[in-house]
Amino acid sequence: MSVPDIEPVLEPQLTRPSRAGVLWRRFRRNRAAMLGLVLFVAVVLAALLAGVITPGDPLRRVGVPLTAPFADPATPLGTDQLGRDILAGILHGARISLLIGVVATLISITIGILIGAVSGYFGGWIDDLLMRVTEAFQTIPSFVLLLALVAIFGSTIENIVIAIGIVSWTAPARMVRAEFMSLRKREFVDAARNLGVGNVSIIFREILPNALPPVIVFASVVMATSILMESALAFLALGDPNYASWGNMIGQGRAVLRTDWYCTVIPGIAILLTVLSFSLLGEGLNDVLNPRQKK
Amino acid sequence: MTTAPILEIQDLRISLPPGGDRPYALEHLDLTVNPGEIVCLVGESGSGKSLAANAVMRLLPEPHVHVSAGRILLDGEDICAKSESEMRAIRGDRVAMIFQEPMTALNPQKTVGWQIDEVLRLHTDLDRKARRARALEILGDVHIPDPASAYNAYPHQISGGQRQRVMIAMALVLNPRLIIADEPTTALDVTTQKQILHLIKEMQRQHGTGILFITHDFGVVAEIADRIAVLRLGELVESGPAAQILNHPRHPYTQALIAAVPALTPPAHKDLSAAPVVLRAQGLAKTFAARGGLLSGRRQAVTAVRDLSFELRQGETLGVVGESGSGKTTVSRIVTRLLPPDRGEVVIGGRDLIHADRRQLRAMRRDIQMIFQDPMASLNPRKRVVDLIAQGPIVHGVPRAEAHARARELLSLVELSPAAAERYPHEFSGGQRQRIGIARAIAMQPKVIVADEPVSALDVSVQAQVLRLLADLRDRLNLSLLFVTHDLRVAAQLCDRIIVMQKGEIVETGPTAEVFADPRHNYTQALLASIPGRDWQPPKLTDAA
Repeated sequence: MSVPDIEPVLEPQLTRPSRAGVLWRRFRRNRAAMLGLVLFVAVVLAALLAGVITPGDPLRRVGVPLTAPFADPATPLGTDQLGRDILAGILHGARISLLIGVVATLISITIGILIGAVSGYFGGWIDDLLMRVTEAFQTIPSFVLLLALVAIFGSTIENIVIAIGIVSWTAPARMVRAEFMSLRKREFVDAARNLGVGNVSIIFREILPNALPPVIVFASVVMATSILMESALAFLALGDPNYASWGNMIGQGRAVLRTDWYCTVIPGIAILLTVLSFSLLGEGLNDVLNPRQKK
Repeated sequence: MTTAPILEIQDLRISLPPGGDRPYALEHLDLTVNPGEIVCLVGESGSGKSLAANAVMRLLPEPHVHVSAGRILLDGEDICAKSESEMRAIRGDRVAMIFQEPMTALNPQKTVGWQIDEVLRLHTDLDRKARRARALEILGDVHIPDPASAYNAYPHQISGGQRQRVMIAMALVLNPRLIIADEPTTALDVTTQKQILHLIKEMQRQHGTGILFITHDFGVVAEIADRIAVLRLGELVESGPAAQILNHPRHPYTQALIAAVPALTPPAHKDLSAAPVVLRAQGLAKTFAARGGLLSGRRQAVTAVRDLSFELRQGETLGVVGESGSGKTTVSRIVTRLLPPDRGEVVIGGRDLIHADRRQLRAMRRDIQMIFQDPMASLNPRKRVVDLIAQGPIVHGVPRAEAHARARELLSLVELSPAAAERYPHEFSGGQRQRIGIARAIAMQPKVIVADEPVSALDVSVQAQVLRLLADLRDRLNLSLLFVTHDLRVAAQLCDRIIVMQKGEIVETGPTAEVFADPRHNYTQALLASIPGRDWQPPKLTDAA
């Protein structure tokens, strides 16, 4: 039987830009995402260069208390009630905010992926059990739980980071579970099982890479809320007093809010811009990783 | 007939948004439909045939895709010059459309009667009673049993074939001049397809409607067409009377398409009774238990397979054919133990796969491999082709470098270029992806390959190539194939023996040639009689490219 070949068999396009290149080009087209990236880079630079621009302990007294911004060239953003440099606080505080953002997010996403993946992949009673646990966490408002954890274990920076991670894993877990539930029925999973691939490999090597894009996007949201949670803790004077943190600065500046607004407003703007950068980045990543959702 | 044509498409050109793979979806399309005529627009996926239909309805996704040249004349009036409100009056009234998937084309929230009533309400000034009478009359005309109860039914409460009848009733209720049918039977089983095609023809004869019938299936074309137009990548390659195109195609593309239609002549019977049995299934049964929740009512348990036994010999291809719901896919999943059966055993090489423990199972997986229906879904989109093919051997302990080298060899065996190894599945066409799926299956050097509808997602021309490759590999590697399909033409091409399944049971089994020549069971007879275009034998084209 001779069937003429209509479709040329060897025809995949020869020019193939790398995947990263394609993603970057798509990302660059999105102006909001680029703004997010610029802000994010600025925060990272602030954290890296804090020791160069404002050397020394940011918590030491450097000038007359309550100097207004732009009044004294030595303290360009002014000083607080204790005469501490606000610029130094902002730059050094960026380190704490980033540390909390990154580490707490890693903790929560890791727990979320483990629980969501196992739950979604196996289903049945394992799913029932894990989801009841998740719901138990979800019924308690996360900030109340965070307060309780910090109150019990003490407010060192490590405890705060871990506690924030522990209270924010539920949403990623549900998200990963939903992804796994739809992906585990796909034929490529059957194909892998048919090759004799074990469950652990299927979960982490076959399904997870496909389930990851929405989780990465969501991670940016978790980062933003982590930073907000730390600030809120510090505002309630439950932050770690040994570190300059934006939340601490706002909390202490509250006392002089009506006379010397800059003590609270400047760290407030820092938080606003950082959180904004994460959510813009997240939005941009979403468009890049799920191009079909948007025209 | 001296009547003027209903539809005249002159030199139509449809532009695609810039940056696509081609600037125009359609170019220089000329087409006429006369009253009482069925014109088939044939083409493979991407040929622009559906866009042509949408252009006539003025339902193109403008402004990205738009008519940039040419005219579409409906009864001599240019449709492109009409305003949107004039078009609304024309749609449904003078031109009606039948879609491929009636389940999605009907509104699931409204009763069948309401939806037919709506058409009448919008286009006529009949009162409520007259509309109801007309709706019931048209439902009767399309041979829906008990029109009164169908009138009050919701779309999900009636069968797929009946839904398509409802769609036809909706299209016909205003006696339109032209009906556009876009793959109206592709989603249906063969026996239902035959009834629907029969109905369309009957209705068209009664009402003198012109029909523009869009399809990719030459069997259907042979069954129904008066005239045929063949499209390739937006270009009209050939058009003419049905008999001429079907039996004496001129253009090489049409010739190739027709040559790719599987002939209904089963292969010569191979005597395999001496060959060893490689797979024996005994008493397989599977019932899908109803899982009712606390609040949702319990649903009925569904018996997918009941008491199924068969043997597969070395080098043999055993076809499992049946319509949707016959349990044939369940069989393929049980045999590979992707789905645990309730009872029965599957013996491969003297050992029972179903009751094997975890370690034995892992070893036995090597002997039975599977080729899946949808090559896009069955290849992990995040893996390179070489990793996909080498994955099985690596899991079974072959060193990585060796497995990769072997994967590259396999690529040439399935007629893909070695450069394909570093690419990802989405960079390939459907047929190429299925080749990758085949390479992955044979990488394990299995004794048995289970193929679940491996070509049903592919265009005819690609289908023929993949089938040829499968047959070739089977003979070269002395494989045994369990071939699950709904398409009897495909089964006739490849299978030495077939099993005909209905509602989870084998109704007939035997050598393909015998079953095709002399079907015993009523159901087999009905299936065979329903193959579209079964009276038309594709011509043997000696000079095909």
